[in-house]
Amino acid sequence: MHLSTWRAFAIIVFSAMLCALAVPNLLAPATFDALPSALKRKMVLGLDLQGGSHLLLQVDADFVRKEKGENLRDDVRRVLRDAKIGYTNLALQGLTTSVRIREEKDVPEALRKLRELSQPLAGVFAGSNIQDIEINENGGLIRLTISNAGIIQRVGQSVEQSIEIVRKRVDELGTVEPSIQRQGLDRILVQVPGLDNPKRLIDLIGQTAKLTFRMVDLTSSVQNPSPDSEVLPSNEGQQYVIEKRVVVAGEDLIDAQPQNDSRSGEWVVSFRFNSAGARRFANATRDNVGRPFAIVLDNKVISAPTIREPIIGGAGQISGSFTAQTANDLAILLRAGALPAPLTVIEERTVGAGLGEDSIQAGIKAAWIGSIFVIVFMFVTYGLFGLFANIAVAVNVGMILGILSLLGATLTLPGIAGIVLTVGIAVDSNVLIYERIREEVRGGRSALSALNAGFDRALATILDSNLTTFIAAVVLFYVGTGPVRGFAVTFGIGILTTLFTAFTFTRLLVALWYHWWRPKTLPI
Amino acid sequence: MRIPLLRLVPDETKIDFVQFRRFSFPLSAILSLLAVFAFYHYGLNLGIDFKGGTIIEVQSKAPKVDIAGMRATLEKLELGEVQLQQFGANEVLIRVAQQPGGDAAQQVVVTKVRAALGDGVEYRRVEVVGPRVSAELLGYGIIGLGLAIIGILIYLWFRFEWQFALGAMIANIHDIVLTIGFMAVTQIDFDLTSVAALLTILGYSLNDTVVIFDRIRELLRKYKRLPMKELLNEGVNQTLSRSVITHVTVTLALIALLVWGGRAIHGFAAVMTFGVVLVGTYTSIFIAAPMLMYLGVGAHREQNSTSDNTPARVTP
Repeated sequence: MHLSTWRAFAIIVFSAMLCALAVPNLLAPATFDALPSALKRKMVLGLDLQGGSHLLLQVDADFVRKEKGENLRDDVRRVLRDAKIGYTNLALQGLTTSVRIREEKDVPEALRKLRELSQPLAGVFAGSNIQDIEINENGGLIRLTISNAGIIQRVGQSVEQSIEIVRKRVDELGTVEPSIQRQGLDRILVQVPGLDNPKRLIDLIGQTAKLTFRMVDLTSSVQNPSPDSEVLPSNEGQQYVIEKRVVVAGEDLIDAQPQNDSRSGEWVVSFRFNSAGARRFANATRDNVGRPFAIVLDNKVISAPTIREPIIGGAGQISGSFTAQTANDLAILLRAGALPAPLTVIEERTVGAGLGEDSIQAGIKAAWIGSIFVIVFMFVTYGLFGLFANIAVAVNVGMILGILSLLGATLTLPGIAGIVLTVGIAVDSNVLIYERIREEVRGGRSALSALNAGFDRALATILDSNLTTFIAAVVLFYVGTGPVRGFAVTFGIGILTTLFTAFTFTRLLVALWYHWWRPKTLPI
Repeated sequence: MRIPLLRLVPDETKIDFVQFRRFSFPLSAILSLLAVFAFYHYGLNLGIDFKGGTIIEVQSKAPKVDIAGMRATLEKLELGEVQLQQFGANEVLIRVAQQPGGDAAQQVVVTKVRAALGDGVEYRRVEVVGPRVSAELLGYGIIGLGLAIIGILIYLWFRFEWQFALGAMIANIHDIVLTIGFMAVTQIDFDLTSVAALLTILGYSLNDTVVIFDRIRELLRKYKRLPMKELLNEGVNQTLSRSVITHVTVTLALIALLVWGGRAIHGFAAVMTFGVVLVGTYTSIFIAAPMLMYLGVGAHREQNSTSDNTPARVTP
């Protein structure tokens, strides 16, 4: 039971420091904000405890694939046209564009030009010299295929862009501390505390919001649109023939605001173009006075007003039987910009603030009652040594909370259950030690020698038995999501702190007691 | 003045646990078969984590909920299978089966239900899991259980002889089979939380088994000629007090969770209580330890054994 002073000191200081890390959780928000930033760490309550909405979004990879394929085909056409190289049979199939070069002498030049389309991959593939497009040629037939890595990179870029846009849209809702993170290759996890009806959020996120200003095609009919036009519906179910050529797109908007039109009393969205957009829009409206143009959002015509006079100021209004809310939402979408690819909600979990509050109450109550049960039982079973165990368990829980705060971990209801279970299991290490001491005493050892043997022999067992449980906790951490992961975190940390207290703190308490009293027999 | 301390287990026990295998092995075999039967007959009640679909928990603002009226309202929505379950006077859990049409089609359910129930209720919880996520979560759950079992097996194999690892594994699978049977019979929702419960049961039950095996290994080194049966009994008896006391502390913690922990973790606590309180410790004592008789632990030293040395409790 020998413990050098500096070691005892180190154990106490270390334990106290870990426990002290939990203190910021108890402070009032104002006091907490006043802390130096190094100490500004506390546990985050999970959405199941504070209420809020968890949405998992998936980027439509098929859309990305299709778009990338079509872009490549269009690029090939443009490159060959610009280089004035004759070709036939330009076709797109999946990710492969094939084209036949008419004159064999043009093939090397065509290949040289087309190779310029291909770019080395960035990101994780950077420096590996892998190209995003594979090109091969066989008897004048050139095939360009977008590589898998190229698609992965493009999907990744879409996710990154989408995160920025989703963030802008969510921020407009004025919620507190939304968290928006990439998950895996093609997913985005949005967590918004305090939001108990995510309907509007889902509507906002679910729209691509691709806005274009285009001319209405008056030369062809809905039944037989010209190849440069397409038929698009309006919200009211009307059909329009719209030119495919885009005059100005949403990217050229620099502001959009909902406005109540003072003359008609209608809600409209007023917008401003940047200078390039304003110039193009001015030219188009000047050349087409008297003709209608269309404002198209996500392939739906919002409105198709007739141009009465050239619009040269670069500002305008979109009207389309909006309410205050829909006008506001459209303005938000236009300000945030269009998503590069559609997003689908594949998982939603929303907890109301009422249930969250109930869960916190229930969790805290269960934790207290469970702890009191265990503490009383340990005291009744082991007396003074039970008291040592209880102090060790209290320190143990303090350290769990401290480590959770240090990591800024999320505390969920299953996480609280993990702490309660840790209390039940943490005393096991003490039970193992004490039972071993009891045995050693029965075997006729003196007090000191029984204490030493008890600790030494029990510790190997404690290590073995806790490490197996720890393996289960680690696996659970990787398998679980959300609240379940919260359980794995507290349970896993609980096992580590249990090992620490068993090896150091309990031993220290018993050693201090022994040195103080020098008992001949053990009260165990 | 000295208050006598509680001794749940007398100091010296000589219970013939190994002999008890004649009873416990058939019992476990029958229970395991029943569990497998229940699994096939009733099936697990897959929760939305694994089956996909929608859960909506509402609390009516009126003191008492009109569940029949609510059921009628929701059935008119033509959302396929809709289940309502009442809690207390004014809380209802609505489950709607997964809608055909992929991930995008699931969001409709919430919109429709909100429109139908109107402002008369407070929405306490809404969970929508699409087919893609549910399939993945089920995969993760199964892989997780498998990985945990393999990981623990490898650890035990390094720390003990392979016979111990095998014995612990058989005991473990026994625990999992019985707990899954329990979930099939009670039709408790089988979701991610249940996987967490199963993994915890796995860890806890092993914890118990390892403590006993540890002692048996120690005795094997100490008593070279003690017959295996007596040695195993000795190991279990020496650790019996610890097994019982730890069992009590964990049970106390679990009861607190089960009774006061709230409905959100009730299923978790129930499965844990079954697995840990009823099965785990039984398995370690009555299955895992006696199993070592058959796995040839210490077989190489058995032939020259004569029962000449009965062990003292602890040799100084």
